[in-house]
Amino acid sequence: MKILGGFLQPTSGQVLLDGAPAPWRSGPEAEVQSVVVIHQEFNLAQDLTVSENIWLGREMGGLFLDHKAMRRATQALLDQLEYQVSPDARIRDLPVSDRQMVEIAKALSRNARVLIMDEPSAVLTSHEVQILFRQIDRLRAAGVALLYTSHRLEEVSRLADRITVLRDGAVVRRALRGELTEDGMATAMVGRDLKDIFPPRRSDLGPVVLEVAALAVPPLVEGVNLSLRRGEVLGISGLVGSGRTELAEGLVGLRPHSGTIRRNGAPITIRSLAEAEGHGLAYLTEDRKERGLLLDKSLRENLTLSTLKRFGTPFLSREAEEAALGKAITDFDIRAPRRDMAAGNLSGGNQQKLLLAKTMLPEPQIVIIDEPTRGIDIGTKSQIYHFIDRLAREGRSVIVISSDMPEILGLSDRILVMRQGRVAGVLEGAAISETAVVRLVMGIRETGPSEKAAENA
Amino acid sequence: MRNLSLSALGPLAALILLIGLGASLNDNFLSSANITNVLARSAFIGMIAVGMTFVITSGGLDLSVGSMAAFVAGMVILAMNALQPRLGVGLPLALVGIAVAVGVGLLAGLANGLLVTRVGIEPFIVTLGTMGIFRSLVTWLADGGTLSLDFTMREYIGPIYYGGFLGISWPIITFALVVIVGEVAMRHTRFGRYCEAIGSNEKVARYSAVKVERIRLLTYVALGLLVGLATILYVPRLGSASGSTGLLWELEAIAAVIIGGTALKGGFGRVWGTVVGVLILSLIGNILNLANLVSPYLNGAIQGVIIVLAVVLQRKKASVEGR
Repeated sequence: MKILGGFLQPTSGQVLLDGAPAPWRSGPEAEVQSVVVIHQEFNLAQDLTVSENIWLGREMGGLFLDHKAMRRATQALLDQLEYQVSPDARIRDLPVSDRQMVEIAKALSRNARVLIMDEPSAVLTSHEVQILFRQIDRLRAAGVALLYTSHRLEEVSRLADRITVLRDGAVVRRALRGELTEDGMATAMVGRDLKDIFPPRRSDLGPVVLEVAALAVPPLVEGVNLSLRRGEVLGISGLVGSGRTELAEGLVGLRPHSGTIRRNGAPITIRSLAEAEGHGLAYLTEDRKERGLLLDKSLRENLTLSTLKRFGTPFLSREAEEAALGKAITDFDIRAPRRDMAAGNLSGGNQQKLLLAKTMLPEPQIVIIDEPTRGIDIGTKSQIYHFIDRLAREGRSVIVISSDMPEILGLSDRILVMRQGRVAGVLEGAAISETAVVRLVMGIRETGPSEKAAENA
Repeated sequence: MRNLSLSALGPLAALILLIGLGASLNDNFLSSANITNVLARSAFIGMIAVGMTFVITSGGLDLSVGSMAAFVAGMVILAMNALQPRLGVGLPLALVGIAVAVGVGLLAGLANGLLVTRVGIEPFIVTLGTMGIFRSLVTWLADGGTLSLDFTMREYIGPIYYGGFLGISWPIITFALVVIVGEVAMRHTRFGRYCEAIGSNEKVARYSAVKVERIRLLTYVALGLLVGLATILYVPRLGSASGSTGLLWELEAIAAVIIGGTALKGGFGRVWGTVVGVLILSLIGNILNLANLVSPYLNGAIQGVIIVLAVVLQRKKASVEGR
């Protein structure tokens, strides 16, 4: 995708536009030819307004900017997208889903002839996805060629005229609409059958190892009680903004909290990440690029950063670090072309495996994993599910926070649902079902067939 | 020394080129007297620049070091002059001077560090403020003039700058020790690794249980200490301090760090590169003085060109290496 948009040069082969070699050598040059890419990581200036961002580099007006015209044009674009946001809002103040819409509006403003979208729906709610689809249909009708990348197979089968499945950098399957079912796509992506994506359920749970009572993490989370048993996987579900991450970060000392925490029955205090580690707790962040990994540093430096004390005092042992990296690469199947490469050059899935290896290095007994598979391909997803299962079978306890419904359902022994900073309910055993979870997530008390999987996003 | 890539070899090549140029222009250039002179003069800025490398690597900046050096020198001279009647000229008084230099440097660094980490003000703003404060304090203490160390005491401590061990002068020995400790600390200890991690992405460091505030504070305190150490060697050389002592040292130190390949935005530090940077800067001055090619008054201009060039070259290499 980066090559198509002109951001990378191919090492071999070439890109053709209208049958002739593509004349661009950079992203902006490609945009002049109306080939526009919407990146997975947004390309917006945080402190500028929506309107200023959309017209950035192509401002209207002569010596002085014609703010009025740009604002009007922006409003027209936003109206076309049926989108309620002021052209004067600053990007910094907008939620992620709104930023996505601004990106789309920006692409529309460039009269794109070829529009390349990289996981555009990853951060959108299902309502916003519906609007996005209508826009896509409208663009298609207007003769725009669209390249839509997604992990969400139902989106692909809803949208695509032609489907190409890539695995490990090579095309593994090409098909026309209707030729390939979602199961078929998944099989092609994983390279094997889908049945064993989720590991089988574990049966023997140990004693309670962690007990939390009346935990509050200001300003959002309040009155949370939970318990965790040895060898258990506890899923935490809920909408974005329901306080799941805040709860986890409070629990491991990244945020101030109040309430009682008991470890193996004894009360403990956790005021910092270091104290949490001392009690055998570890937390894997949902934001691997901004909070998890140093993208411009080597794999080794990333792996050992939080456990450097184990690698020699006062002088660090490079050999010990390399040995730890070697073990991590084998244990977590990190596929790195070169050992000394920067972590940021790994694929998303391998970054996640590295982060998992980093989190597991201090040998924690209780691991909280926030969004274990966000933005990674289905093959790696399955691998990570099996890692989590392995951790539980080794007698550790795992808390999985996830917005991915199949993931929560497929992994968890119990599911705790958060809603507006409080525990909406805990589901166990036979009570676990998608409808039950969704009902708790949305705060619906009675059964209503019309409110089906709204939280499928 | 890992990844000896082009960007690492660039400054080194420039240094070798300068040495070759100097040698071809003047026969005295490679004489031991001239080499000692260049190295001893480099030592002040050099020690400060080593400390600056850690501050910049962890994403900070310290503009106050030149003024701080003047302030420390002023305090040392005042203290020694005040205590001379009681202690007399001798080792005890010299030790008092050393203690004052180390103590004042440490406190000044601590003040910068606490304002940055505890109060949470941008390092640029904090040290811009303290730069003015230190400079103004020394001018005030000297009543607009010059603070001079008593002549007999100055004679007594002269060997700290002019003397040496096995024919190598003390400033050079001290500088070499500082560099070795600095290089080892950056490459082989947790402290150095944490500095790079914080400069690379502070949030990631925080989420990796790195005590970000403490490490940051330590870098400023260490820099203050090194300014104190540099002053100990500087006072015997001139025996005075005034409002213009150490003027623009901060810029030379920062320039040396950047020329040496440390990233100004933090995340990557190279102590031996800083040494190369310091040597490049002082060699330019030395060569201009020895050869009659260009007026020595243009020293600053040539240094400026080198600084800009160094950053441009590094940027080019970074983009060639991908991303």
